[in-house]
Amino acid sequence: MSTDPNRWVAGHIATLPKSGIRDFFELVAKMKGQDVISLGVGEPDFVTPWHIREAAIYALEHGKTYYTSNLGMPELRKAISAYVEQHFGVSYRPEDQVIVTVGVSEALDLAFRAFCNPGDKVMFHQPCYVSYQPSITLVHGQAIAVPTYAKDNFALTAEALRAAWQPGAKMLMLNLPCNPTGGTCTREQLQKIADFCREKDLLVLSDEIYSELTFEGTHTSIASFPGLAERTIFLHGFSKAFAMTGWRIGYACGPAVLIDAMMKVHQYAMMCASIIAQEGALEALKNGRDQVLKMREQYHRRRDLIVRRFNEIGLKCHSPRGSFYAFPDVTPSGLSEKEFAVGLLEKEKVAVVPGTAFGENGRGHVRACFATAYDQMIVACDRMERFVQGARSGR
Amino acid sequence: MSVSMNPVLKLLIDGGSLTTGQMAQVAGLTEAEVDQHLAQLKKDKIFLGWRPVLDLSREAAAAAAVRGVIEVKVTPERGGGFNRFAERIARFDEVESCYLMSGGYDLLVFVRGASLQKVAGFVSEKLSSVEGVLSTSTHFMLRCYKEQGFLLDGDDSQGTRLTVAP
Repeated sequence: MSTDPNRWVAGHIATLPKSGIRDFFELVAKMKGQDVISLGVGEPDFVTPWHIREAAIYALEHGKTYYTSNLGMPELRKAISAYVEQHFGVSYRPEDQVIVTVGVSEALDLAFRAFCNPGDKVMFHQPCYVSYQPSITLVHGQAIAVPTYAKDNFALTAEALRAAWQPGAKMLMLNLPCNPTGGTCTREQLQKIADFCREKDLLVLSDEIYSELTFEGTHTSIASFPGLAERTIFLHGFSKAFAMTGWRIGYACGPAVLIDAMMKVHQYAMMCASIIAQEGALEALKNGRDQVLKMREQYHRRRDLIVRRFNEIGLKCHSPRGSFYAFPDVTPSGLSEKEFAVGLLEKEKVAVVPGTAFGENGRGHVRACFATAYDQMIVACDRMERFVQGARSGR
Repeated sequence: MSVSMNPVLKLLIDGGSLTTGQMAQVAGLTEAEVDQHLAQLKKDKIFLGWRPVLDLSREAAAAAAVRGVIEVKVTPERGGGFNRFAERIARFDEVESCYLMSGGYDLLVFVRGASLQKVAGFVSEKLSSVEGVLSTSTHFMLRCYKEQGFLLDGDDSQGTRLTVAP
């Protein structure tokens, strides 16, 4: 009889590849204490605003240590509903169309588990956040990657969607603005995507976690188009806009029947999101707007700086309209994205993430996070310039 | 804050410790342009000067570390109100800041001196003897927790942020 513990690991987990970002993390971890400047993070460099932290402390001091309703605290759901209506133009009933989750990641997992039968086809645009494709695999769905391109500033186009579509496709996963590319869609592009979803009867999962960090124009949610709210699960959270990544708090809004289906999974798997995080989230929605705008202004200026420097260095980089990621093309250095990232780390102690960690369509690019202090970013860009010059001259 | 605000002024208000070279990079200007902006802000009396923010409880910076806050009541002058008093008091070297206040007193004066005696001497000999000063109430600062936006125990730790994350 075999004694290999692997025999107990489920087949689809055994074959599930580890995140490409994990390998790179290990590489950077080995260089601890070597003055590494990291542009490799996926979270704000701001600590959660004090008033939010203080509200959570206050809640603890007053004995808020219990489970909450499975759907989340009614007061928080009310606040979420009002916030979504005000900023996204879509109205959801707090009683049965909003569920509070442990970050958007849990909301996404709930949605896939609630809506995806084995073999169902799920479309998603790529490059994309690392968890989308594995999440589909975990529920035995079939992932259909739709490429986005640098020439379109990584916006998803209805044409690419149509070209990738396969009969029987059931869902479309969106993340606009997008991690890692910062790509987003104009209202016109989104209108075409909305029409396509109606035509093909697709259920839309729309992760809009970076929406507050839209620098030019206003963010448009696909759920706000006529007839789309009925077929969209709107996913959002507090991690990016309110600098609350470690709190793990997010939410999903959608038609009551669909939210109820997600709730079934949530109540058995998670019960409820942490009450402390929910109290913090409530304070964020009540009084956090000024801080969000302040942080956005900082990211905006940092974006302008990093994009300008990348283009000066000779790495072609579009100006991301949202998020805090730049996604430059590193092929002018004569290196692949992996060679570039590893070389830059080893020679110049700057960490960026190879684009292929976010899918095959990230080839030739790296992700650089500009949620980093100015002085660090300036030094990092200078080091990158030296590295690119060295690479070009064959050093 | 208006988007059209002078970009150098914006960076000054943010309170970062950027060199003019770094400011130039951040604002997308040349260093000469940053210097021009700074000169213009000085000319307009918006930008008054540079001063470091120090933790004076540290031994190395302990000189001139006694600080007092003085509430001053004065008799306002016909035609001039409080301005003449405030400007006169503000001119003393010992005075770091001076504000006209609403409420139970008129002027709030922040004073720094090399010793407790020096500050006390300034209050009794200089400040209270200014004609029109009705009363003073002096409070000595015992410990500072936050100075001009800087927490003295250091900003909240960001050392736990991962170097690479999805």
